[in-house]
Amino acid sequence: MERNPLRRQLQLMRKSLFDQGYLDEQFVQLEELQDDTNPNFVEEVVTLYYRDSARLVLNIEQALERKPYNFHKLDAYMHQFKGSSSSIGAKKVKAESTLFREYCKSGNGEGCMRCFQQLKKEYATLRKKLEAYFQVARQAGPMETACRPK
Amino acid sequence: MEVAGEVLQSGSSQELHVLAVDDSYVDRKVIEKLLKISSCKVTAVESGARALQFLGLDGGKGSLGFNGLKVNLIMTDYSMPGMTGYELLKKIKRSSTFREIPVVIMSSENILTRIDSCLEEGAEEFLVKPVKLSDVKRLTKDCVTRGETEGKDGGRVDKRKLEDDNHTSSSSSIPSSPSTTTSFGCGLATSELPLSPMHSSKRAKLRDRD
Repeated sequence: MERNPLRRQLQLMRKSLFDQGYLDEQFVQLEELQDDTNPNFVEEVVTLYYRDSARLVLNIEQALERKPYNFHKLDAYMHQFKGSSSSIGAKKVKAESTLFREYCKSGNGEGCMRCFQQLKKEYATLRKKLEAYFQVARQAGPMETACRPK
Repeated sequence: MEVAGEVLQSGSSQELHVLAVDDSYVDRKVIEKLLKISSCKVTAVESGARALQFLGLDGGKGSLGFNGLKVNLIMTDYSMPGMTGYELLKKIKRSSTFREIPVVIMSSENILTRIDSCLEEGAEEFLVKPVKLSDVKRLTKDCVTRGETEGKDGGRVDKRKLEDDNHTSSSSSIPSSPSTTTSFGCGLATSELPLSPMHSSKRAKLRDRD
């Protein structure tokens, strides 16, 4: 157990993110790529993700305003979005993306709409939690190694 | 290690030069990091067209990219707008200059027919995304080993397709004689190369990921 209170807080925040299912193994993979030469790598990737995926979210939003829905296009956007989300270990966001794609494949417009609202919530929640996490991380300084959640 | 250095021709160092192709900015950043940690030089481009341009396959100089470094491995995403990774793979394998460069396909979708098509067109491996550090380390290590063996033997067994056996048989039954296939298509069978696990890893990877 960490003696340093900031590091302890960081560990607890991290554990909670995994325990509550916000993050999966891929996040750990990213942490393992972080080192002294690039101590903020994970934060950089996550920042890049939110910047890059904002465009996709907007595209999907706009596509959902045009009826009848172009499910092929919606699915294509979501495929990209899911890929990026998967690359940062965004577990809940990824799950909603998968569900959305299933609704697209079955041509269920209402399902897509509902699912997308939920997805946006998860996406925003994760962002807030990660921002808070990285803020503490920066204050706490580098941790020894990534601890496996299980 | 002079032999490996000569074969790889990557300037004064023996680092592999990997060309990574992916339309996702996030994925490019991650693959670049994975490769750098695995001691590779990386050139990351966002499309098949840019990859061909870099290689000089669109009428340019040859496999010496802009900075004069030979490309030792290509890792490409499958689903990209414009030219897919599969189309890029075909173009590379149909080029007499570049067909020997190992091409690895990465995809978030675990579709058997897709995997089989890629392997049949000469892809060395099909990795399910997100790609792990252990995948990259293994790939790049094999690439270096391949380089060393080519140097020693003064040539390689040239083959484009994997034997059907390797697709359908279980991992334990794959023979390890030099003339049979390996993941890197050059018939090398140094005892260090774990042939069976490598083949099973192609299929096993598909099952491990959700």
